[in-house]
Amino acid sequence: MIDNNDKNKTAREQDWRKELKKGIPAKDRTNIERVHMPEADASERVQSNIEVNRGITPGMAMQEAKRCLDCVDPECIKGCPVQVDIPSFIKYIEAGEFLKATQTIKKDNVFPSICGRVCPQEVQCEAQCIYLKKLKKEPVAIGYLERFAADYENQSGQFYTPEIAESNHVKVAVIGSGPAGLAAAGDLVKYGYEVTVFEALHDFGGVLKYGIPEFRLPNNIIDQEIENLKKMGVTFMKNIIAGKTVSLADLEQEGYRAFFVGSGAGLPNFMNIPGENYNGILSANEYLTRVNLMGATRPGHDTPVYIGKRVAVIGGGNTAMDSVRTARRLGAEKAMIIYRRSFNEMPARKEEIRHAQEEGIEFLNLHAPVEYFANGDGHVNRVRLQRMELSDPDASGRRKPVPIPGSEYDIEVDLVIVSVGVSPNPIIPQSLPGLHVSKWGTIQVDEEKMQSNITGLFAGGDIVRGGATVILAMGDGRKAAKGIHEFLNGRGENPQQ
Amino acid sequence: MGKILSKEYLSPNVVQLEIYAPLIARKRKAGHFVIVKIGEEGERIPLTIAKADLEKGTITLIVQKVGVTSHKVSALNIGDDVTDVVGPLGNPTHIENAGTVLCAGGGVGIAPLLPIVEALHNAGNKVISLIAAKTKELLILEREIRSHSDEVIIMTDDGSYGQKGLITVGMDEIFSTRKIDLCVTIGPAIMMKFTSLVAQKYQVPAMVSLNAIMVDGTGMCGACRVSVGGKIKFVCVDGPEFNAYDVDFDELLMRLGGYKQEEESDYRKELERIKSGTL
Repeated sequence: MIDNNDKNKTAREQDWRKELKKGIPAKDRTNIERVHMPEADASERVQSNIEVNRGITPGMAMQEAKRCLDCVDPECIKGCPVQVDIPSFIKYIEAGEFLKATQTIKKDNVFPSICGRVCPQEVQCEAQCIYLKKLKKEPVAIGYLERFAADYENQSGQFYTPEIAESNHVKVAVIGSGPAGLAAAGDLVKYGYEVTVFEALHDFGGVLKYGIPEFRLPNNIIDQEIENLKKMGVTFMKNIIAGKTVSLADLEQEGYRAFFVGSGAGLPNFMNIPGENYNGILSANEYLTRVNLMGATRPGHDTPVYIGKRVAVIGGGNTAMDSVRTARRLGAEKAMIIYRRSFNEMPARKEEIRHAQEEGIEFLNLHAPVEYFANGDGHVNRVRLQRMELSDPDASGRRKPVPIPGSEYDIEVDLVIVSVGVSPNPIIPQSLPGLHVSKWGTIQVDEEKMQSNITGLFAGGDIVRGGATVILAMGDGRKAAKGIHEFLNGRGENPQQ
Repeated sequence: MGKILSKEYLSPNVVQLEIYAPLIARKRKAGHFVIVKIGEEGERIPLTIAKADLEKGTITLIVQKVGVTSHKVSALNIGDDVTDVVGPLGNPTHIENAGTVLCAGGGVGIAPLLPIVEALHNAGNKVISLIAAKTKELLILEREIRSHSDEVIIMTDDGSYGQKGLITVGMDEIFSTRKIDLCVTIGPAIMMKFTSLVAQKYQVPAMVSLNAIMVDGTGMCGACRVSVGGKIKFVCVDGPEFNAYDVDFDELLMRLGGYKQEEESDYRKELERIKSGTL
């Protein structure tokens, strides 16, 4: 990995940067309040699909950028899974050089418009910020600034196209067009490869499209990034299931020299409790796919979706928040999160939880469903909940939820969305009998190059991790692209090296 | 991909479409299905591949008009494109020489049965095909089934063709008089529920191929889940074929009715739109 701490050190020594730093005393910088992200009004936004976070203005961005102390040893970079040179881009924003800021980010993160929206900065870069760790103040709003820079570039129409090596006519296949695949494709094309992305669905973007709702990540942002990749020379093919429509052996015969598998987390988990197969009980994947990818609630679209008035979403992750907030937007009078632990353990981003609360979502924490009941047509009408309590922390410090006997009670529901995790998609592993997979079905790779035991086959994202974040998937894609580049160079398959 | 090369009505409500899809044709085996979507705003529905022609690079789909999407598929003509077609999906049928096999198909279920009949016959089995429909004009693919079967028995509910009676009556007769080593049945879920009971009564090993509501068809959504032997299975990646004895058909029937209200209202609108000529 390129050491961005070193890069930043050199950048810090530039005159303009030193001048900028001198221009405002550190004390004045630390006295500036953290910027507030303008948000669509809760009562209005639940009536529509508009993006909740509206983005900050250039003035707000420059003011926020002033807070950054341009630390000698910036910890934020270490907190970023792809080690974006954060101080450098922030200082460009402070100087009003917004396009340069975006270009700085894009050296390490191909899709700042996506990551600026969906990265959990509060546990990554921002968690390492000196404001939080030393000054006991709110961290610099790195995520907001990243999004600002990316959106500014998108709106300017002046796209920064990274330097692309001359085509070496070596074909590389990327399987899956989600965050891992897109990131891998973006880097591979820069190295000069002929990259084709194979997508199983009829639209590109993977979980960014079918999973994350538009109120958190608008589709036009994803489509824009895909358009940019096309302009850089990446070929996209839809409706092709690698392992089914074409085997990897077929692709090898067609001249593909290496493969990146980013096929994602396929199978939704269920809890295997009585009544779980009644109608009106569906996985978060199904619910969100029907609404987001298939446009079930948009006029003229054929795909149906259950519209619930009393909706229970089981789980406490980001997908659960996406589901319950979607249900609210589709007219749920009562939209509930049912989670077996408490707010402290909830894996969803704090911002999502807060947004959900503002939108009137009810949280039944320390509760778990134990059984569902249905009306005569087999449609769910009731869920039996059991109260839970948290055990004392175990050796790993984790507090386990323990059912409280006799605490069961029923509530009326007409739609239940199960969001208790996913298992890896089995199609690729099934089609490659020699491939090493874990007992959970994830593809096993070496952590450095993301290479599997099959020569030339690399993998990353949820098919390797089981269920993680967009940025980790992107990081994997980039690592694998580098791994593929080294692998092909080592084989002498890259005539330019 | 997706161009329609031929179209034929097999019965008033059942259309056969030959679609140019060379990649799928090359990979397709008996038991496989595809997902199709018509138009940008269409829904994704699973359809079994009835035949494939490697030389022409085509697959043949047989569609019964039951809802919005099957109606839209049927309305396509030669030269039109199926917007999206993806596959082959599901696991292929396990084909071996079991001895004497009874292949029982009802209604439009005869279409997915056809490639299985063909494959079992090619594997050296003695294939007895029992094909059934409500009435003579609804019986499809008789000629094709005949060309891959050692024996064909036809049944209609109203006796207008072949023997009169339900398919289970025919199965009862066969099982009680002959030694059958394997039984494969495909048809409406309600039919398979009862054919499975008959097979179980005679302890004949039996397979069924299930049709469920699906969205992606690749294991992602879980809409197609069924209980098999008390465990949750996904028709798209674990099936579509299962041991007939183990399938919870009552649950499957209930789940198939899941979107009935939504679909019926959409279908009525679609029919009105077709009537008013705005398609």
